[in-house]
Amino acid sequence: MIDFTNLGSKDTRSGFGEALLELGRKDENIVALCADLTGSLKMNAFAKEFPERFFEVGIAEANMIGLAAGLTIGGKIPFTGTFANFSTARVYDQIRQSVAYSNKNVKICASHAGITLGEDGATHQSLEDIGMMKMLPNMTVISPCDFNQTKAATLAIARHIGPVYLRFGRPKVPNFTPPDQEFVIGKAVLLEEGNDVTIIATGHLVWKALEATRILAGKGIRAEVINIHTIKPLDDEAILVSVKKTGCVVSAEEHMRNGGLGDSIAQLLVRQFPVPMEMVAVDDTFGESGKPEELLTKYGLDTPELVEAVQRVIRRN
Amino acid sequence: MVSSTDLTKIASQVRRDIIRMVNGASSGHPGGSLGATDFLVALYFAVMKPDPNKFSLDGTDEDIFFLSNGHISPAWYSVLARYGYFQPAELETFRKLDSRLQGHPSVMDGTPGVRMASGSLGQGLSVALGAAIAKKLNGDTRTVYCLVGDGELQEGQNWEALMYGAAKGVDNIIATVDFNQKQIDGPLEEVLSLGDLRAKLESFGWLVLEMNGHDMAEILDQLTFAKQQLNQGRPVIIIMHTIMGFGVDFMHDNHEWHGVPPNDEEAERALAQLEETMGDY
Repeated sequence: MIDFTNLGSKDTRSGFGEALLELGRKDENIVALCADLTGSLKMNAFAKEFPERFFEVGIAEANMIGLAAGLTIGGKIPFTGTFANFSTARVYDQIRQSVAYSNKNVKICASHAGITLGEDGATHQSLEDIGMMKMLPNMTVISPCDFNQTKAATLAIARHIGPVYLRFGRPKVPNFTPPDQEFVIGKAVLLEEGNDVTIIATGHLVWKALEATRILAGKGIRAEVINIHTIKPLDDEAILVSVKKTGCVVSAEEHMRNGGLGDSIAQLLVRQFPVPMEMVAVDDTFGESGKPEELLTKYGLDTPELVEAVQRVIRRN
Repeated sequence: MVSSTDLTKIASQVRRDIIRMVNGASSGHPGGSLGATDFLVALYFAVMKPDPNKFSLDGTDEDIFFLSNGHISPAWYSVLARYGYFQPAELETFRKLDSRLQGHPSVMDGTPGVRMASGSLGQGLSVALGAAIAKKLNGDTRTVYCLVGDGELQEGQNWEALMYGAAKGVDNIIATVDFNQKQIDGPLEEVLSLGDLRAKLESFGWLVLEMNGHDMAEILDQLTFAKQQLNQGRPVIIIMHTIMGFGVDFMHDNHEWHGVPPNDEEAERALAQLEETMGDY
């Protein structure tokens, strides 16, 4: 079993901010727009170093998406930044028409995604964004798991031509991805090999899956763990290879079950290789105020729930 | 320089195309299309004069145009075809299966001259401002044009864009409001009044001009004047007074023809009022 080491907890949004600055230094076509959340999105360093390429749009997200779409006409690569809810639900039709249908090279970067946004409560906790974004043709949907991977993902999406939704979070979480690990859009990362069950996780729940794996090992269950950082396009092959070996699967995500990663995996398996499956996700409910860890527990997204889901799915297998 | 008389002749053919397109598709929006025809003809044939053989999505080093009220696509497609972006014969495919000429403009179909999908209203001005900023960043001194509908100004995003354009001094854009004061449900005043539009736009910080959208000479004069006002720290917007359905007597100033195609007999009556100047497609 690989011993994953937390290199020091950090917030994923800081990985985004660091990469954005790096990108700005490398390519003058990189521009950034923010709707009055520059500090929260960790875009200050870019804003300070490249004021002529940073656009503070105020609390006007619809206009921000339109400006970004327009900036691509002329070869700019715009990165928009605001919270996940205001990056998606607030501007869904703007993204649909001006970005996705028009196939514009806009990078929609969404922080404070999921329930771990915490104390601000349900108005700000986006649990539907993956579903909304993955339904749009032309849209690539990425959900990295930690600081290093968010940084790598940010660099990678700049090289990808086409609309991208990049989802990351607010709290400091374990940082365990090797800093030099290559980020390939659409290519899953196999973290742990095992024969008894496949755990497929995204975002903050990847670390929880690794924690669950250690507990399961103590019970004699060898879990295979796949980090799906790209929800669309889904790495069908990596999932099928693993599931054909283990015969059962548990998905884990900080998102609504409807429309999330588990839903994409289920669609794949139902069509190509049906096996018992459990989903660790939010069950058709809004969140609430609280500390991130308290919320993960209350809404069934923590390590113990993952362990239970694995035991359930193995019994069904 | 193309004369006003020549432009009026082109506009007559474009109006014929519009009637034939919406009649041929048995759907589409003739009213606003007829009203905006003179402006679009003047803009392409006498003001922007882009090279239709060098169309690129980026539009580098040329004036570019965005249509925000995408439902008047028949007028735009006809102008693009008559100007040379594609063969006028293709207008026949408007709104039909496998056509590049979608009911509302699209980019994915590769329609020459179109850089942004539009139709879901309220989005074009933001896009045009973004493109104008890109031009500035690139040191490209050409102008960005954008046409928005008046009913469309009921969408809040326009006011975000108007606020932004003035606050940030995006001064290489000329927006035009197609002020025909009609929308699907009736007169704009009755559906939802814009109040004192000129005062609103001025208070948002734009230089506001007005013109008669059916007087070619005035359109040319005002667009020339508008261009002279660029690069002075504020964006320019023109309230263009137009008449929905202009050029066809029974559609004239009648909101009922906003989104209703003429049947064969009505199309014939309409075409009898419009001179065929460039040959029907």
